[in-house]
Amino acid sequence: MTGQNPLLEVRHLRVEFPTRRGTLVAIDDVSFTISAGEVLGVVGESGAGKSMTGAAIIGLLEPPGRIAAGEILLDGRRIDNLRYEDMRRIRGKEIGAIFQDPLTTLNPLYTVGRQLAETMTTHLPITPAEARKRAIGWLDLVGIPAAAQRIDSYPHEFSGGMRQRVVIALALCAEPRLIVADEPTTALDVSIQAQIIALLKSLAREKGTAMMLVTHDMGVIAEAADRVAVMYAGRIAEIGPVRNVVKQASHPYTVGLMGSIPPLDRRVERLAQIDGAMPRLSAIPKGCAYNPRCPKAFARCSQDRPDLLPAGPTQAACWLYDGEGTHHG
Amino acid sequence: MVDAPMLELRDAARYFDVSRPWLQRVIAGEGKRLLRAVDGLNLSVPKGTTLSLVGESGCGKSTVARLAVGLYRPSAGQVVFDGRDLAEARAASDQRRRMQMIFQDPYASLNPRWRVRDIVAEPIRAFGLLPNRAAEEARVAELLTQVGLSPLDGHKFPHEFSGGQRQRISIARALSSNPEFLVCDEPTSALDVSVQAQILNLMKELQSRMGLTYLFISHNLAVVRQVSDRIGVMYLGRIAELAPAESLFRRPRHPYTRALMEAIPDLDMTGRVRIPVGGEVPSPITPPTGCAFHPRCPLVQPRCKAERPELRSAGDAMVACHAVEEGRDAA
Ligand SMILES: Nc1ncnc2c1ncn2[C@@H]1O[C@H](COP(=O)(O)OP(=O)(O)OP(=O)(O)O)[C@@H](O)[C@H]1O
Ligand SMILES: Nc1ncnc2c1ncn2[C@@H]1O[C@H](COP(=O)(O)OP(=O)(O)O)[C@@H](O)[C@H]1O
Ligand code: SF4
Ligand code: SF4
Ligand SMILES: [Mg+2]
Ligand SMILES: [Mg+2]
Repeated sequence: MTGQNPLLEVRHLRVEFPTRRGTLVAIDDVSFTISAGEVLGVVGESGAGKSMTGAAIIGLLEPPGRIAAGEILLDGRRIDNLRYEDMRRIRGKEIGAIFQDPLTTLNPLYTVGRQLAETMTTHLPITPAEARKRAIGWLDLVGIPAAAQRIDSYPHEFSGGMRQRVVIALALCAEPRLIVADEPTTALDVSIQAQIIALLKSLAREKGTAMMLVTHDMGVIAEAADRVAVMYAGRIAEIGPVRNVVKQASHPYTVGLMGSIPPLDRRVERLAQIDGAMPRLSAIPKGCAYNPRCPKAFARCSQDRPDLLPAGPTQAACWLYDGEGTHHG
Repeated sequence: MVDAPMLELRDAARYFDVSRPWLQRVIAGEGKRLLRAVDGLNLSVPKGTTLSLVGESGCGKSTVARLAVGLYRPSAGQVVFDGRDLAEARAASDQRRRMQMIFQDPYASLNPRWRVRDIVAEPIRAFGLLPNRAAEEARVAELLTQVGLSPLDGHKFPHEFSGGQRQRISIARALSSNPEFLVCDEPTSALDVSVQAQILNLMKELQSRMGLTYLFISHNLAVVRQVSDRIGVMYLGRIAELAPAESLFRRPRHPYTRALMEAIPDLDMTGRVRIPVGGEVPSPITPPTGCAFHPRCPLVQPRCKAERPELRSAGDAMVACHAVEEGRDAA
């Protein structure tokens, strides 16, 4: 209907946390888009702001966190300034959320079948009987063995991995147009992960569902994402087509991140690691936030903050690419 | 060699009663239902080494972890810690101090209302390990430094930290009682890959410095390859294959081990299609007869449905598979 327009558009998003000691900026000028049927992978260290970006999109920023600037548009319509009730309707129906921790999503007091069926009857014009039938279908689809028998089980009766599959079914069952998935397969073993990723991908392809896929599993990204955004200290460090980001990264942080992945084909005594930690929000370094850890840092890096610059097939927020890298040695 | 292993499971089992309420059972005319989360499991972890367990969700890894530290009692068989029955060992606080557990979820495993220094010091206090507050403070500072945090972080609360930092706090807490044996249930599964590299390097470093013994649980075969001396592959509550880490990767023997390896995503983007393990994990309430893997196994034969394969030596591995035993796994 909307032609080439992206389904989700995030423009200059800024998220702040007012605290007694001053205002912390968790997300600082982040922009990206996701089209219908496209999977955007989001990677980066803990605390980079991946979950916060996701939470801002689905309108579940934990107070006192708030969107301080920028806009979020779903299908051209602003959703960042809606009232709680309006946003709640959009969530579930138009945007499905899959969180890191399955226990926060599932109600321990209700059977999984009841939770699935209620979600569907709230958002779809179907009867309770039909909803129950579909609930079994969804459990089956996400790989719960003997779904028809286990539909009346309570969340605590499932193992951690199975609970996460129930959460995924819960996010998908109302057939949303955008899925924000925060570490959806992190706790899952590879064979189920393969099934879930295949399922999420086929939803994107066949139903045109757009997806923001936050994960630290680069294997999952390599397989599922069309484009990848690498976040660092509340900003996008690099964004581009998956193959280029994974195989020929431009930003020094992306290079470090890729290097720290444990190899499957050999044992190394010590994994390559990026030393130090991501800065606290209260102490983000001047200039490029990565400069204290960056092996390529030069004088300008501690002075000026780089914005995204064209770096071959990707865009990188790094001064090495200002005038295509004439500064570095 | 004369040393007793740090941990031994001898035919250990853990069952859960998942029956419906009594009245409903009577009405439906059905009996009790037992879920055999772990059954007939034998393994031993030599001192100073790492044994890892891998396997699909629900195969019983966390249940083994909980058996290993005494959070569950075995329903059958025995858990032996440094030559003594675990239940007996745990009755003595100087023995309890020697084992600690690190959980997968650094969010849920730290008390949100406690300051980090109290979280880290809790085992020190519980076991009465240090004489006074000053000694305790110094020790907490040392522990926080050891795991790559700052002593100043002691004043903060868990919610002020990222996931990786919280896992470092869990490790500092686990180390505070000077344990010799750590059970790590998916310690890096909730972490970003760069932080995972730091935590894995840290765990290896601590192991060689302090001679720690690890029971390490993960679903990530690449991670397991980096840390393990030996690896046990679990399927539906039992060990399918147990082998030195390098042999397992060089020559996986059990059909399930092979399937797991083929299901790993292709990071090099060579275009290799992952082959998900066919079929589903069967319900552990009603496991298949004979070899529990038979409904999904490409090498299945009639014998597999009738007779459960025992764990037998095959080269330097132990494998529970009729095909391997009969030598028809070559292809
Ligand atoms: N307290 C319990 N009551 C009933 N069943 C349980 C209980 N704890 C575990 N189970 C069942 O025992 C089996 C093994 O569970 P366990 O948590 O050990 O699996 P796991 O291998 O750690 O899985 P995951 O990789 O998902 O964490 C599962 O079928 C699970 O549903
Ligand atoms: N309630 C809060 N108060 C202050 N800072 C917070 C709060 N919640 C999260 N943060 C900070 O916001 C930043 C981004 O967090 P998050 O989006 O959860 O990161 P990620 O998902 O990339 O690991 C982190 O530095 C985190 O410590
Ligand atoms: S801008 Fe400088 S410090 Fe930042 S990533 Fe590029 S080279 Fe490194
Ligand atoms: S015993 Fe039979 S079914 Fe089981 S793994 Fe071996 S060949 Fe396959
Ligand atoms: Mg997160
Ligand atoms: Mg587990």
